[in-house]
Amino acid sequence: MHDKYEAVIGLEVHAQLLTESKAFCGCSTKFGNAPNTNVCPVCLGHPGVLPVLNKKVVEFTVLMGIATNCKINSRSIFARKNYFYPDLPKGYQISQYEEPICEHGFVEIELSDGSRKRIGITRIHMEEDAGKSIHDISIDTLVDVNRCGVPLIEIVSEPDMRSPEEAYLYLSKVRQIVKYLSICDGNMEEGSLRCDANISVRLKGAEKFGTKTEVKNMNSFRNVERAINYEVERQIEILEDGGQITQQTLLWNADLNEVLPMRSKEEAHDYRYFPEPDLLPVVVDENWKKEIASGLPELPDIRKKRFTEHYQIPLYDAEIITQSKGIADYYEKVTAVTSDYKAASNWIMGDVLKVINEEKIDIKDFPVSAENLGELINIINKGTISGKIAKEVFPEMLKENKSPVEIVKEKNLLQISDASELENLVLKVIGEHPSEVEQYLDGKEKVFGFFIGQIMRQTGGKANPKIVNEILRKKLGEKKIK
Amino acid sequence: MLPYTPYSEILEKIKSGEVSLVARVENFLERIEKKKHLNAFNFIFEDAIEKAREIEAKIHSGSAGKLAGMVIAVKDVLSVKDKPTTCSSNILKNFKAIYTTTAVKKLIEEDAIIIGKTNCDEFAMGSSNENSAFGPVLNPHDNTRVPGGSSGGSAVAVAAGLCDASLGTDTGGSIRQPAAFCGVLGLKPTYGRVSRYGLTAFASSFDSIGPFANTIEDIASVLEVISGHDENDSTSSRLPVPKFSEELTFPKDRSKSSENMKIGIAEEYFGEGLKAEIKDNINQIINWLKNNEFQIVPIHLPHNEYTIAAYYVLTTAEASSNLARYDGTRYGFRAPEASSLIDMYKSSRSQAFGSEVKRRIMLGTYVLSSGYYDAYYRKAQKVRRFIKEDFDKAFNEVDVILTPTSPTTAFKIDEKSSDPLQMYLSDIYTTSANLAGIPGINIPIGKDSSGLPVGMQLLANQFEEEKLLRVSAFIQNNYLRSLK
Repeated sequence: MHDKYEAVIGLEVHAQLLTESKAFCGCSTKFGNAPNTNVCPVCLGHPGVLPVLNKKVVEFTVLMGIATNCKINSRSIFARKNYFYPDLPKGYQISQYEEPICEHGFVEIELSDGSRKRIGITRIHMEEDAGKSIHDISIDTLVDVNRCGVPLIEIVSEPDMRSPEEAYLYLSKVRQIVKYLSICDGNMEEGSLRCDANISVRLKGAEKFGTKTEVKNMNSFRNVERAINYEVERQIEILEDGGQITQQTLLWNADLNEVLPMRSKEEAHDYRYFPEPDLLPVVVDENWKKEIASGLPELPDIRKKRFTEHYQIPLYDAEIITQSKGIADYYEKVTAVTSDYKAASNWIMGDVLKVINEEKIDIKDFPVSAENLGELINIINKGTISGKIAKEVFPEMLKENKSPVEIVKEKNLLQISDASELENLVLKVIGEHPSEVEQYLDGKEKVFGFFIGQIMRQTGGKANPKIVNEILRKKLGEKKIK
Repeated sequence: MLPYTPYSEILEKIKSGEVSLVARVENFLERIEKKKHLNAFNFIFEDAIEKAREIEAKIHSGSAGKLAGMVIAVKDVLSVKDKPTTCSSNILKNFKAIYTTTAVKKLIEEDAIIIGKTNCDEFAMGSSNENSAFGPVLNPHDNTRVPGGSSGGSAVAVAAGLCDASLGTDTGGSIRQPAAFCGVLGLKPTYGRVSRYGLTAFASSFDSIGPFANTIEDIASVLEVISGHDENDSTSSRLPVPKFSEELTFPKDRSKSSENMKIGIAEEYFGEGLKAEIKDNINQIINWLKNNEFQIVPIHLPHNEYTIAAYYVLTTAEASSNLARYDGTRYGFRAPEASSLIDMYKSSRSQAFGSEVKRRIMLGTYVLSSGYYDAYYRKAQKVRRFIKEDFDKAFNEVDVILTPTSPTTAFKIDEKSSDPLQMYLSDIYTTSANLAGIPGINIPIGKDSSGLPVGMQLLANQFEEEKLLRVSAFIQNNYLRSLK
C-alpha cells in the first residue's frame, strides 16, 4: 500500500555560525564556558541596550548564499520575532522575516541510482540564538544565556524531497557545504546544526500537497531519517484508515522512537513579526559581494570532479576523500609529495580514516602529517621498504609524527635487496629443507610459498619479496634440471 | 525667561573664585529638599558634593571639561551605572543599572555633575507625569496642575531652579510639551543625532534624548556634548556635529541674511482645540517676527490629521515588544506567589505595570497580531512616510516651522487621567516631529491669564538643529527681553 503514496518533505536547517563574537554584541561565542559568563548588558537584554550587527555574520551568510546558488539581496532587513521564554532575555529574537538576505537557491544531491536531483532553497536568513533552559539539574529551571545572541543562519528548503533518504542526503549536503565554507562545525549532537522537517504525504501523481506536520527535536542525522520515516508511515496509516492529518507540531522522541505532539499552548504562537527598529537595513553592494565571493573555497562537487580528472582516481575514491574539506586538503598535501595518487587515496581511505573514525578525531588533529604519509608511499615505491614493513612503520608514525625514513633507520627495517646476500639465504634455506625441495620438484607448487615464508622469517620480513621470488624460482629451477 | 544667566558665565565666576562650585551644589541640594513636594526627583545623587569638590579643583587647575560643574538632572529612564534606573515603574523599582547611557557618559566626561534621576511617566508613557510609581509631579507655577509629561520631573527640575539643565526623552512630545507647561526651553534633537544607548526604549524609532534649560546657550552646549555617532547605537548618525554653542547668532547683517530665513506657518496647527489665549500669544510673536524681517510663509501639512492615529499604532507596537523583557525572570519585580511560568509572567506584569503601560502593551500587541498587521501597522508605516514627505516638501520652502507646542496650558491634576484620548490630544502638535524624525524645540513666550506658561514650537528639517537654536536665541535675546 505504501507504493501508492509519496512523501513531500521540506527542511528548515539552523546552522550556528563560527564567528568569534556574537551577532549583536562583542561577547565570545566560545562553547563550554561556565554558564552565564559570555554575557554583557546587550545579550542580557538590560533596559536601554541596543544591538550592533557583527559584519562577519553577513559575510558568512552571503558565502552560504553564493555556495547554494542563491540570489543575494542588496538590501535586507531584520525583524523581531516576539515570544516569551525564560532563555530569551529581550522577549524577542532578532531574525529576518519579510526581506531576507538570500533567496531562490538550490543544492544538488546524488541519489543512490547515481542520478542527481536539485533541491530548491527558498531562503537563507540571519538570526540570533536563544539561551539554554536546563530543566534536569534542580527543581527550578536554570537558564544559561551564554548562547544568547550567537549567530545562526536558517536555511529553508522548498518541499522538494520525496523520501526520508532524500531528506538525509539534502541535510548531508548542507552540512558538507557549511563545513567546506568553515562557517559552521556541522555538529548535530552539540546542536550547532539543527533541523526541523515539514512533512506531508499524497497519492503518487497527485498535484496538491497533503496537510503537513512539523517535526522538531531531531538531534542527530540518524534521528532525522528515522523520525521522518516514522512520520511518513504514521500519516500513510491514518489516510489508509480513512482519517485526516491534523496540522500540528510534533517532537521526535529518540528514546521512545516516536513523534509526540507538542502541547498546543506551546504551539499557539503569534510571533508578531515587525521590522527591527534598532538596526539599519543590511546593504550588500556588488563590491562587498565580490569581496566575499573571492573567499569562496572550491565546493565539494567541483572538487570531486577535479580529483577524478586530475589525479585519475576512481569516482568512489574521490567521493570519499572530498566528503570533508579537511580530508580533501590532506589528500592534496600528500599528492604534493608523492605522485602515486592512487596509493595516496588508498592509504587515506584505509588506514587514515580508520584511525579518524575510531578515535573520533578531526583530520586536523591526525598525528601523521601529509608530508610524512607521502614520504612513506615514496619509500615503498622506491623499494626502500616493503608494503608489509610499511604497515609496521605506520603505527610508529601515529605514535609520534616522525619521518618514516627515520623510523626505518631506527628500527633497522631497511629492505634487503642485495642479490648476493639474498642468494646465500635462498641456498641456505633450500639446503636446510631437502624434503620440501623434493615435494616442490614433484610438482607441489604450494611449497614455494613455504620457502618464501622461511626467508621472510629469517630476515624479519625485510627481504625484498620481488628479488627473493626471482632467486628462489631460479635456484629451485636449477634443481629440477639436475 | 530672563534674567537667567547662561552657565558659561557662571563657570567664569567659579574660575575666578567669585562663586564656589561646592557651595552652589549644596544650594541645589538644599533647594531640592525644600521643593520636595514637587516630587521632581526619584533619586538624589548624594555623591554630587564630592564630585563638585573634584571638579572645582580641576577647574582651578585648568584641566576641566567643557561643562565643568554644570549641574544636570537626568530622567529616570536613562541608565547610570550602579544607580537605580526605575523608569518610574514598580517593575524596576529595585533595579540598578550596570552601565551608563552614552549621552550621560559624555556629560560626565565633560565634568558635568549628575545630581539625580528625575520623575517621569512610567516608561515615558504619558503627557502629565501622573503615571508614575513615585506619584505625580507638580507644576511649580501652580501646584494643583500637572507639569506635562512624560519628562515632567526634568522640566520641573529646571523650572524650579533645582539644577542648571536636565535631560529628558521625547517620543511624541515628552520634552517639548512639559517644557511648554513649565515655561522652560526643551529641545528634541533629530532622530539619530544623540545616541539612544542607555535610554530605556519605549518606541525605538521615535525615542530621542534632549536637554531642558533656562537659556538657549545651555541648551546648545549640552546638545553639543551629547550629540554624535555612537558605536553602540547603529541608528545614531555619522554626520559631523556642528559647534552648536557657536551657532547662536545670525551673521552681523541679520536683515540681509534673514531674507533667507523663512518661517512656515501651517494652518493645520491652528485648528479646533487650540486655546484662544495660546493662539493670541503665537500670533503676537508671528507679528513680531514679521516686523523683525523674518519671512512668514503659509505652508500645508496635509496628512497632519493622521498623526495621532499613526503615532499610537506604531509606538505601541514597538513598546509591546520593547517591554517584553520585563517579565520577572532575570531582574526587576517577580510576583512571589506565581505557580507556573505563564502565571509568573502574567502576575508579575499585571501587578507591576501601571494601567497606561498595560493599555499600550495591549494596543501594540493587537496591532501586530496576525490578521491585523496590514490593517494597522503597515498602514500606519505608510502614513508615517506621507507625514515625512509633507515635511520634506515644507522644508523645501521654509527654514523652520512655527507652531503652538500644546493646545492648552498646564491642566489640572486628574483632569484628563480618566480620558486617555483627551490626554493623547495634548501631544497633537508634537508627535509629527517624532514620526518624521525631525528636531523641535519649545520656547516659552509668555503666560496666560492664569499665569501659566505658554510655549511655542519650532521645527526644522533633519540635522538642522542650528536653525532652531539661532531663531530661539534671537527670540530669547530680543522678544522676551522686550516683554520684561
